[in-house]
Amino acid sequence: MASMPGMTMSAGGGQGSGAGGAPAAANAVTIKGFAFVPAAITVKAGTTVTWTNQDWDAHTVTSQHDGGPLGSTALNTGQSYSYTFAKPGTYSYLCTIHPFMTATVTVTP
Amino acid sequence: MASDPAGMTRRQLARHAGWFGAAVVLSVSGGEVISHIAHDRDSAAAAASAADANALRFVQVSDSHIGFAGPANTNVTGSFDRAIEQINTLGFRPHFVMHTGDLTHLSTLAQFDQVRQMMSGMRTERVFTVPGEHDSVDDHGRAYRQAFGGGTLGDGWYSFDTHGVHFIALVNTLSLEKLGHLGPDQIDFVRKDVAGLSSDTPIVLFSHIPLFAMYPQWGWSTDDALQVLSLLKRFASVTALNGHVHQLFTRVEGNVTFHSATTTAYPLPKPGMAPAPTPQVLPAGRLQDALGIRTVKYRQGDTSLAITDQRLA
Repeated sequence: MASMPGMTMSAGGGQGSGAGGAPAAANAVTIKGFAFVPAAITVKAGTTVTWTNQDWDAHTVTSQHDGGPLGSTALNTGQSYSYTFAKPGTYSYLCTIHPFMTATVTVTP
Repeated sequence: MASDPAGMTRRQLARHAGWFGAAVVLSVSGGEVISHIAHDRDSAAAAASAADANALRFVQVSDSHIGFAGPANTNVTGSFDRAIEQINTLGFRPHFVMHTGDLTHLSTLAQFDQVRQMMSGMRTERVFTVPGEHDSVDDHGRAYRQAFGGGTLGDGWYSFDTHGVHFIALVNTLSLEKLGHLGPDQIDFVRKDVAGLSSDTPIVLFSHIPLFAMYPQWGWSTDDALQVLSLLKRFASVTALNGHVHQLFTRVEGNVTFHSATTTAYPLPKPGMAPAPTPQVLPAGRLQDALGIRTVKYRQGDTSLAITDQRLA
């Protein structure tokens, strides 16, 4: 997948967060069954969150509101996207290909 | 050729439509003669055939998702090929074919090239499209407009007239959040577009996502559609044709009749009948029952359009 301009990428992007079925780490979101799992996570400012697509279909990780920081390209099966949250706040996002898929990241100081 | 309203003003397009309409009369008559011989011999049917010769007939197809490769349909290209073959053997030559979006699955140039090439095999004078959200992945619809947006306005919207009907093709998949969205520029376009029309002009709207609240929990609605529909309240006949939901559904609200079309690719669940609107795998041999094409007929002076949905043959 092409790099994501303007995004902070983790060095290990593309690696999953562990064996399939294992609970996601606090900073990892799995995309599976047309859903973000977990649909709500809370992390501290400065944390890099990684989304990994384990679905057979492609998905995006995209901020719900214009100007939001999240903006992946279409992630095919097995591909990942990462973003480091510098500022506290609530970040809502969706998959633009399947916009019924919504979720949030809450960033605390 | 899979064409678009390239470089045409509405008036030019209407004139062009009139020209191909004249050519189509012959093939329509031919089709009706065959039908007449097969089914009817009474003079009433013959009179109806004569009236039908002047009728507008067009086809709506939707959600071909070229490039999709999931278990719900492992051969979407083959399904769309069959839909095109069904259009080409209707027994009449439709005045135009409208594809109401999700032409491709992931908006790649190769997928746009493929669907455009396939649609060039449709035996019709014009092919129109509106984009789905799958046609604007990553690029706000740029690749879509490159392939299909010639001569359109704004993000790809346009209008045209033929057979006394005013058609408006809307784009509600670009600025979507959870629901479809039209935006102020497009609403302003509609306001100006219909300003000079008499209230007895039949209006047909095309969009990908429904303009009515079919099931907002799954995003099957358009958040600012009421602003457009309120501009159309004075019109006696308004018909809105959409795709996106991969199933047939009809609703009447005020002066507007909404018809959701099915897909040529794969079914989605009925509203609320599954945790999410994900592609449904049907038992072997049942897939094509869920797929289909739609033909629409309108005779000048009628108050509504005659809509016929056909399963994929």
